Amino acid sequence: MTLLSIRDLSIALPLGADRLYAAKNINFDLASGEILCIVGESGSGKSMSANAVMGLLPQGVEPDSGSITFDGQSILDLSENELLKLRGSRISMIFQEPLSALNPLMRVGAQISEVFEAHGALTGAERRARALKLLDEVGIPDPEAAIRAYPFQLSGGQRQRVMIAMALALEPDILIADEPTTALDVTTQAQILALIEDLRKKRGMAVIFITHDFGVVADIADRVIVMKKGEIVEAGRAPDVLLNPQHPYTRALIDAIPRLTKTEPVEEVERAPLLKVEGLQKTFSTGSGTLFGKRRVVKAVQDVSFDLYAGETIGIVGESGSGKSTVGRCLVRLLHPDGGRVLMDGVDIAHMSGAELHAQRRKLQMIFQDPFSSLNPRARVSRILTEGMIAYGMPDKEAKAKARELLELVGLDETAMKRFPHEFSGGQRQRIGIARALALEPAIIIADEAVSALDVSIQAQVLDLLAELKERLHLSMLFITHDLRVAARICDRIIVMQKGQIVEAGPVNKVLHDPDTAYTSSLLEAIPGQDYERSLAAANKG
Amino acid sequence: MIRFILGRLIKAVFILLAILVFNFLLIHAAPGDPAAVMAGEAGAADEKFLADLRANFGLDQPLYVQLWLYIKGAVQLDLGYSFRQQMPVAEMIGDRLPATLLLTGVAFVLSLVLGVAAGVAASARQGRWGDTIISTFALLFYATPLFWVALMATLVFSVWLEWLPGFGYSTIGAGYTGLAHVLDVAKHLVLPASTLGLFFTAIYMRMTRASMLEVSRLDFVKTARAKGLSRGVIQRRHILRNALLPVITLAGLQAGQIFGGAILTETVFAWPGIGRLMFEAINQRDYNVILGVFYISAAMVLLFNLITDVIYVIVDPRIRLTT
Repeated sequence: MTLLSIRDLSIALPLGADRLYAAKNINFDLASGEILCIVGESGSGKSMSANAVMGLLPQGVEPDSGSITFDGQSILDLSENELLKLRGSRISMIFQEPLSALNPLMRVGAQISEVFEAHGALTGAERRARALKLLDEVGIPDPEAAIRAYPFQLSGGQRQRVMIAMALALEPDILIADEPTTALDVTTQAQILALIEDLRKKRGMAVIFITHDFGVVADIADRVIVMKKGEIVEAGRAPDVLLNPQHPYTRALIDAIPRLTKTEPVEEVERAPLLKVEGLQKTFSTGSGTLFGKRRVVKAVQDVSFDLYAGETIGIVGESGSGKSTVGRCLVRLLHPDGGRVLMDGVDIAHMSGAELHAQRRKLQMIFQDPFSSLNPRARVSRILTEGMIAYGMPDKEAKAKARELLELVGLDETAMKRFPHEFSGGQRQRIGIARALALEPAIIIADEAVSALDVSIQAQVLDLLAELKERLHLSMLFITHDLRVAARICDRIIVMQKGQIVEAGPVNKVLHDPDTAYTSSLLEAIPGQDYERSLAAANKG
Repeated sequence: MIRFILGRLIKAVFILLAILVFNFLLIHAAPGDPAAVMAGEAGAADEKFLADLRANFGLDQPLYVQLWLYIKGAVQLDLGYSFRQQMPVAEMIGDRLPATLLLTGVAFVLSLVLGVAAGVAASARQGRWGDTIISTFALLFYATPLFWVALMATLVFSVWLEWLPGFGYSTIGAGYTGLAHVLDVAKHLVLPASTLGLFFTAIYMRMTRASMLEVSRLDFVKTARAKGLSRGVIQRRHILRNALLPVITLAGLQAGQIFGGAILTETVFAWPGIGRLMFEAINQRDYNVILGVFYISAAMVLLFNLITDVIYVIVDPRIRLTT
């Protein structure tokens, strides 16, 4: 039964935007119990189309023509009050970033009860009981505790479960999920996907799932729509689109999925390690340990040791909270390690300070995850790039010339010098971040989730760039990521971390294809789209 | 929580002592002393008379002895003796405090309530004429010097329109009692309190408006809309609560000044508060009074900083207390 049907929908952008329409001539139907995936890169209009169904377009963005029919009502013709009745009860929505999507000052229980309140359902005590039941249903371990918790006290996966509980409160006909797993690590992603699938089956709910990850699409979609620059370029049943894509753009997106392919084994040569990490320790403690709450001690990094050789890339993988980022931050000394040694050229940099540390620092540079917040929004690119060189005493002019070279090196042209970070796309910003890291001619680059915030196709480009630069500049790299597919693509050796400790380490082909520990196997199993990979491979052979 | 408050209070005592010593030395670094001023006014300024005066007041003692005696007194809330007024300083401040508290307290509540309300109203009408009008008024009040507002208010409402009394705390010689007295004081309060409150009203309004607009763009507001909540509920429960956090910081700053009085406003409106006491004391080099007022205001600033922090923790669960 068709629940929702969109005909010739066009959504106009305000004047002065980079194009006239956020979405143009959108047509699709959604049947009850069906999962429809809308795939596309950032800015393709996929979120806008979904928001239009909720009547939740940003200010200045208006549906311009076409119709949205839900259960016999034309949504575009409804008044605000009529829309209020639909939102949250018949159609509900979950978002990408579960922390920012929850009100930080309200307890989880109150935020769930609010849905009932908004629609005048149930009474006080019933609302609480129902909220508890919902939390239980979405797999929150201790609902009684969670209902009283504030969002910041929950983990990323739990927060997303709370969001889902909220969205399901009134048993909607349609759930719109806008990149709900992009901010989560693989194992949590797999759990959330299983949860959505399960709820769909139990309740016959229709799902519009927005994503840029074809692996996820392959795992859950019944039907797929591929969008590019506001238009639908391909639509069809999932197996058809996935195994037999017609449009070149779809094929490009599918090709861009990072795969767990085996890499050429590198030849082992005798060499001295560039960086030697011995027994690294870092402990965080929160709370005062007094009347007010218990003291919580988190051993973020426990006894981590490894060697990094010249020209080598080591991938540190693990779930969020495994301590992999803390290792990186300890090495560049953004954090002070509590114990252990970090030997670079035979000198221990773990406990250096002042001028000594300053002299060593330039040899280790970092690339950060979020290309939006890791660049000073008020500084032009020229300042971002030259700041470090000038701090190490390079004359202004020379530094500028070097900055221009760097921009060319990372594939940007020198007009970028005069622009501000917000004038660039996510991928371009990450290139600037890479140029900044290279400015001080480091021997080692530490990339902390450097491509996780990027669309798959951009991800592929940035990874290629990193691999190429590494080769050309003889860099060593520490690549911290939660995505094993990305690690497979760029790393020579893999270190798997769990709860602050190294659980497994070895050559990439061994760790990712023949792991020794159950933990690594579980990470591998959680990678989305594996059946699809196999059928793709089979199809290619055949 | 209790431990946090105790820790902060202990720290505050030391800060207060440091302020006391610093103020004391600062005042004594200024040329001239009360004896010279008094002798000058009396017209008979021979050396013997001066020396007698100084001996009487203890001003002939070495500085460190004077300081020690002063601190010893201050700890017991004995703020010394005003040689000019022939009264203990603590008593003088005690006499003036109610009037000041009434003025600054009313101005504080008024500016906070009006400012936040105007800020919410303006943000809800962002870019439309309602917003423009509110913002323009706020800018006007923000930019106009306080004394000028005070003088103009007196001129318009007191001299021309004769609606409100232009100065004083109550009508002298009217002998009102009970409700009539309360009304009389309230009438006298209107002009000074609104003058004093206008500036902060403008600041609260601007801050609330900016903060509301910022919060309204956050993701959780979209979540709230997706739940089907009405605009009013979203504004109140989701946006306002989060938007008030920076306003609380500012309110804490203003609240710290409540006890210091408002020198300018009290002088213009002849309001018998701490501010005017201070003004007169400075003119007369009445050391102990000046120091006493400093001491009380410093203590209040510290106290209100602590209260602000505690309120912050109650309002925002993400903040942990660390001393």
